Amino acid sequence: MVDILNALVLFSNFVLIPGLAYGAQLALGALGVTLIYAVLRFSNFAHGDLMAFGTMATILVTWWFQSMGISFGVLPTALLALPFGIAIAAVMSLFMDRAVYSFYRKKRAAPVTFVIASVGVMFILNGVVRLIIGPDDQRFADGERFIVRARDFEAWSGLSEGLALRSTQAITLVVAILIVIALFWFLNRTRMGKAMRAYSDNEDLALLSGIDPARVVMVTWIIAAALATIAGVLYGLDKSFKPFTYFQLLLPIFAAAIVGGIGNPVGAIAGGFVIAFSEVTVTYAYKRFLGHLLPENLAPDGLVQLLSTDYKFAVSFVILVVVLLFRPTGLFRGKVI
Amino acid sequence: MRNILLFAAMFAALAAVAVFQSPTLAISIINLCLISAIMALGVNMQWGYGGLFNVGIMGFAALGGVAAVLVSLPPRPEAWSAGGLGLLSSGLALVVTGVIVAQIRKRLPASRMRGLITLLAVIIGFFTIRAFFDPATDAIEALDPAQFGNIGGLGLPIILSWLVGGLFAAGAAWVVAKIALGLRSDYLAIATLGISEIVIAVLKNEDWLARGVKNVSGLSRPVPYEVDLQEAPWLIDLANTLSMSVNELSSIVVRGGYAALFLIVLIVLTWAAERALRSPWGRMMRAIRDNRDAAAAMGKDVTARHIQIFVLGSAIVGVAGAMLTTLEGQFTPGSYQPLRFTFLIWVMVIVGGSGNNWGSILGGFLIWFVWVQAEPAGLLIMDAVTAGFGEDSAIRAHLLDAAPHMRLLLMGLILLTVMRFSPRGLIPEVIRR
Repeated sequence: MVDILNALVLFSNFVLIPGLAYGAQLALGALGVTLIYAVLRFSNFAHGDLMAFGTMATILVTWWFQSMGISFGVLPTALLALPFGIAIAAVMSLFMDRAVYSFYRKKRAAPVTFVIASVGVMFILNGVVRLIIGPDDQRFADGERFIVRARDFEAWSGLSEGLALRSTQAITLVVAILIVIALFWFLNRTRMGKAMRAYSDNEDLALLSGIDPARVVMVTWIIAAALATIAGVLYGLDKSFKPFTYFQLLLPIFAAAIVGGIGNPVGAIAGGFVIAFSEVTVTYAYKRFLGHLLPENLAPDGLVQLLSTDYKFAVSFVILVVVLLFRPTGLFRGKVI
Repeated sequence: MRNILLFAAMFAALAAVAVFQSPTLAISIINLCLISAIMALGVNMQWGYGGLFNVGIMGFAALGGVAAVLVSLPPRPEAWSAGGLGLLSSGLALVVTGVIVAQIRKRLPASRMRGLITLLAVIIGFFTIRAFFDPATDAIEALDPAQFGNIGGLGLPIILSWLVGGLFAAGAAWVVAKIALGLRSDYLAIATLGISEIVIAVLKNEDWLARGVKNVSGLSRPVPYEVDLQEAPWLIDLANTLSMSVNELSSIVVRGGYAALFLIVLIVLTWAAERALRSPWGRMMRAIRDNRDAAAAMGKDVTARHIQIFVLGSAIVGVAGAMLTTLEGQFTPGSYQPLRFTFLIWVMVIVGGSGNNWGSILGGFLIWFVWVQAEPAGLLIMDAVTAGFGEDSAIRAHLLDAAPHMRLLLMGLILLTVMRFSPRGLIPEVIRR
């Protein structure tokens, strides 16, 4: 019995909790990609760098707050700075839309033209981020680090395995749930949200019924920038901020959006968790987990790791390919590109 | 006429580097310009002829690089005797698993049962492969890990690897194409992005293959070494008549040798690409690109042609990748960055003029030149701008540190400006009837 409990605790500590936090971060990122796709009808390659840009803005405001002695008590100061980061990222997105995308929208250019334009935006954002904050790792988490410490948990439960719950993981989940509730309320209950969905379903009909396309596009960019910044800040708090890592997050985020069904917000959330849990479960070494469950003489010698951690990209990719082959609309019936 | 002027301006810029900076620098820029131009040719085939959006260029270039390692390194029989059998068995197990899965899917009627059996076969196959593979690679990696720890190569001249690199890239491209080409542009883009990240991850982690992040250096060369040249009497004579130092002349001769080899490849590929573009095949490709439904209605096999052009273009990128590793004399998987190896090539193709081979070549030269020269230029500008802050200002130091990243910004600006104001590029596609 104790062995089973130990195994469960070990599993939650190394798979369940990190998977939930990572899944929430991916889901927020995928929501942004999926919204842009639904309304503006292109895959935004600059989304990873938009995340990096928003996070960088948040970090700079955080440092400024810290230098003024403002803190958020046990919570990280970055949460206080988050609205400012979102505002800066939104301004940047709107500027890029005005300077780059609006031209092609007026010309009704092919989707792939938008994608290539987003590569240009990606270069620019990437350059700006590296110019301002540099290409190195930045840690900006402060406040209380743990809610449950592994050692305290061991002492309290008497088990040999500890369970740690970092505050950043809890914050990630809470913030993600709040944001998703707010987003769905917005999309389903407000006039603007309904207008956005109508515009996404059928542009011409929406225009006929008096929806202002410029406003729809503007609101979409603001929401996408907000989602990107929140996802980026949560990821940065949980791990660390490095521009290149954010660029690489593009792949799992796209995989999440497509696996869930691109253009479908529910799908983006489901896709985020599917990708996150596949990555974590496939790259986790089950040696100790099995050691608790199996009798002593059957305990495994090797790490019992299906794939080395460095192959986590491969996992999201394989899932992506399987979904593309067998269910191209994704799990939740998004659009077919 | 305009095109000749553009190329002349490009060579004038390179000549200016030779005069004002140094001839050695100019010729090493030219070397990489040539390689970039070849990569751009390959991407132009896929995008310009075929309309396929491939953002996995980095992966194909890296496959070319690994070909250079596997062809040119001296053989290591001791590694093969330690793990060769295991490697071959795991390869055999992979093939057997593939055949079994294919047979299951062919013989059994589609049902939930078939899905389960397939999954079971894949799982059993995976563990069988791992059972052979893990001990074999461990054994190979344990052999003299500080210096080798890999399976070695074939010990052939490295120049052969340019062909092999093309074949490697073509093989990988065929697999990607089979999976992703039925889908439309955005999915293909994401699939290729994914495959390139996976290729890099494999090359970084599979130490037995090409030493992973421990890198392989000191690859053999298709041109003589500087040290040998410096003792050759003809070179010493030439250095005296040109009143240059022997060291400088020898490095110019070596780099010039590379440049000559690369130029031959570029000329051959350009000739072939131009021939292809003017042939009925090229007309068919453009027809498919411009209206695939109409082309399909005319009886053209759109998917098969797409696969063909995707494989061809990727093979050219693979050749260029092998040439790059040959030029550098080392293979460093950690140095493959998507911005440099994928998206920069895209900027070359778009700026040069998609659909026009000469445009891609010019784009390759121009963008690589700007990319290299933006770094010193960025430093100079930053230095001038921040001079007012005083020598020991922290802001000045930070901005000077960050100046090299100016070039990313610059590339974005160039790409967006060209797309907006000259969407067909510097040398637009010629519409032939």
